[in-house]
Amino acid sequence: MAKYQLVLEAGRADRQYWRDLWAFRELMFQLARRDVAVHYKQTVIGGFWAVARPLVTVVILTVVFSRVAGLEADGGVWYPLFILAGMLAWQFFAAILGESSNSLLNNANLVSKVYFPRLLVPLSALGVPLLDLLVLSPFLVGMMVYAGVIPPWQLVFAPLFLLLAAATALGIGFGLCALNVKYRDFRYVIPFILQFGVYASPIGYATSRMPPDYQGLYHLNPMVFVIDGLRWSVLGVGDPFAGGGWLVSLAVSLAALLAGVRYFRRTERTFADVI
Amino acid sequence: MPEPIIRVENLGKRYSLCHQAGGPRYRALRDILSEGVTNGFGLFGARAAATREEFWALKDVSFEVNEGEVVGIIGRNGAGKSTLLKILSRITEPTTGRVTLNGRVASLLEVGTGFHPELTGRENIYINGSILGMSRSEIARKFDEIVAFAEVEKFLDTPVKRYSSGMGVRLGFAVAAHLEPEILVVDEVLAVGDAAFQKKCLGKMGEVARAGRTVLFVSHNMQTIGSLCQSVRLLDGGALRYQGEVVGGIAHYYRTLDASQRDGTDAQRRPGTGEFRFLHAASDASEYRPHEVKVIRFRVRPMTNSTPRVSLSAHLTDATGGLVCQCDSRFLGVHVNLSQGECEGALAITTPWLKPGEYAVDLFLVDGNVGVVDRFERACQFRVLPILPYPDIGPEPGFSQGAVLGQFSWTVSTTGPTEGNRVLAE
Repeated sequence: MAKYQLVLEAGRADRQYWRDLWAFRELMFQLARRDVAVHYKQTVIGGFWAVARPLVTVVILTVVFSRVAGLEADGGVWYPLFILAGMLAWQFFAAILGESSNSLLNNANLVSKVYFPRLLVPLSALGVPLLDLLVLSPFLVGMMVYAGVIPPWQLVFAPLFLLLAAATALGIGFGLCALNVKYRDFRYVIPFILQFGVYASPIGYATSRMPPDYQGLYHLNPMVFVIDGLRWSVLGVGDPFAGGGWLVSLAVSLAALLAGVRYFRRTERTFADVI
Repeated sequence: MPEPIIRVENLGKRYSLCHQAGGPRYRALRDILSEGVTNGFGLFGARAAATREEFWALKDVSFEVNEGEVVGIIGRNGAGKSTLLKILSRITEPTTGRVTLNGRVASLLEVGTGFHPELTGRENIYINGSILGMSRSEIARKFDEIVAFAEVEKFLDTPVKRYSSGMGVRLGFAVAAHLEPEILVVDEVLAVGDAAFQKKCLGKMGEVARAGRTVLFVSHNMQTIGSLCQSVRLLDGGALRYQGEVVGGIAHYYRTLDASQRDGTDAQRRPGTGEFRFLHAASDASEYRPHEVKVIRFRVRPMTNSTPRVSLSAHLTDATGGLVCQCDSRFLGVHVNLSQGECEGALAITTPWLKPGEYAVDLFLVDGNVGVVDRFERACQFRVLPILPYPDIGPEPGFSQGAVLGQFSWTVSTTGPTEGNRVLAE
């Protein structure tokens, strides 16, 4: 009779999952569009917020690290530019992590009223950070022009590093948003991670400043490789592959992604009952 | 025998209730940690040790639905209807058993799911549509129809937060009404909106049904069920109690309702703020002739220390659940200052003359300030005997089509010239 058949049974949802995820992709774009449309509604300066916050941070970090601490950037790059390139990657990561980890709670009404693969919800949280990234990028280009920096050939790898930032943030985000459904504690964990991460990542200073003994430990922070990599590909300074620490960072990123997806998938079927 | 479009086999859904007085539904990690400390167990031992009770919202439910059938799902509050719909619409998984669906399902458990107040009507149509499973091109194709159905043409570019609640509901239903699934699952969504719009929604539902789609429809309104559905499934306490014809199902539904109310334990679970509860209600006679005065006597008991000033109301409903008339004491200027201690009273319904059949009376206590204090559905029943209050015996079509029996007289007198009358007579 009908070509379409669906069997609902305990534990059965798995078999259809990835196909459904694809079938519902339009919903993901709609949710992302909604978040983007709503994000700066009823603010006076609108999208300028996407620029204002990182730029102010750049100024402050420049003063602290360059003037007060007297540090120098890799390859003698203009310090604000050095920081901005790092900020760009960090901001992207932080925004995705923040948005995705609260996404299920923010969409609780959807989760309890309609079916769709729940993974779409944290995925759709990519929309706003992507837009913010697009808005901020011209400032980086402008500062590069001002400082007379010509992008090196490895610029082609820049999207890969941004992809890695997104994958890492989503991995952690998947896990945290699933945990948030059951234990609201995790809402308070994210601001802490982000606050602490600014100093634990090479944003205001270069990775090469870290004493060699600490390099291995330092690279447990997956954003070390992402930030160094983005600087290397955009500004052509530093060497993200020096010392093999990058393998640690990359492994942590991938582990976070895998663990996040697995935990999310395992708890997903109870979301509607618990949220 | 064609394969049924929906087959439900031994379906069960278990929830674990966590007994912690006043505790939130979700748990803070702190709770688990503190339980762990007090119990002297590890984290996971503590979780198991928390007082838990298993509760089967659905148990061993099996039925089939054929293609093109419009099925009403009925049952009291907590009978498992919503759980069944949630499983069918894949929001939650069954614990046991299985469901086989031979068609795409669209479910409408709420009107306007995912509407964002900051976005315009236009934007929300797209979001809501894709949430319900429509593709962008499908929405674009039906866009004008949806807008026309919702009657919001002028406000398309206004944020939904500035809409009246009626407009929001209309827009939500309009989007859902343009879904084209093989199976449509609808939860009591028609209970919202004004009367005219409800009628329109019902019309649309009928249209969907006539187009050959399978519809599962949950409602407490037996009249809607009666007019829309071809068969019903009755759930009670998580189990399927009846499946089959609508009339039989509705009768069965009323019996489960009556049974639960006779034992009196249900009074606290009835809707209403509950300062006072009807304790008992009975009709003076179990059978009346159509034109006799029907007298309902009742007792009211205080449940708290408050002494509200209330009005009384009664709804007289017929066997299909249709509301025949309302008897609201406010129209008589009657208010009662309830005092501590039980009190009793009576309601006398003089007209209309009722058609033969079964009737039930819903009783209400209403406090003008806080709303309904007690709502005692089907507080008592009586039967009207098929003995017509007319002097002569007429043919059945002469009275069977009306809602009630009229008290009337006919007079005819001659006004024109007698000449004309003669012509007519020839």
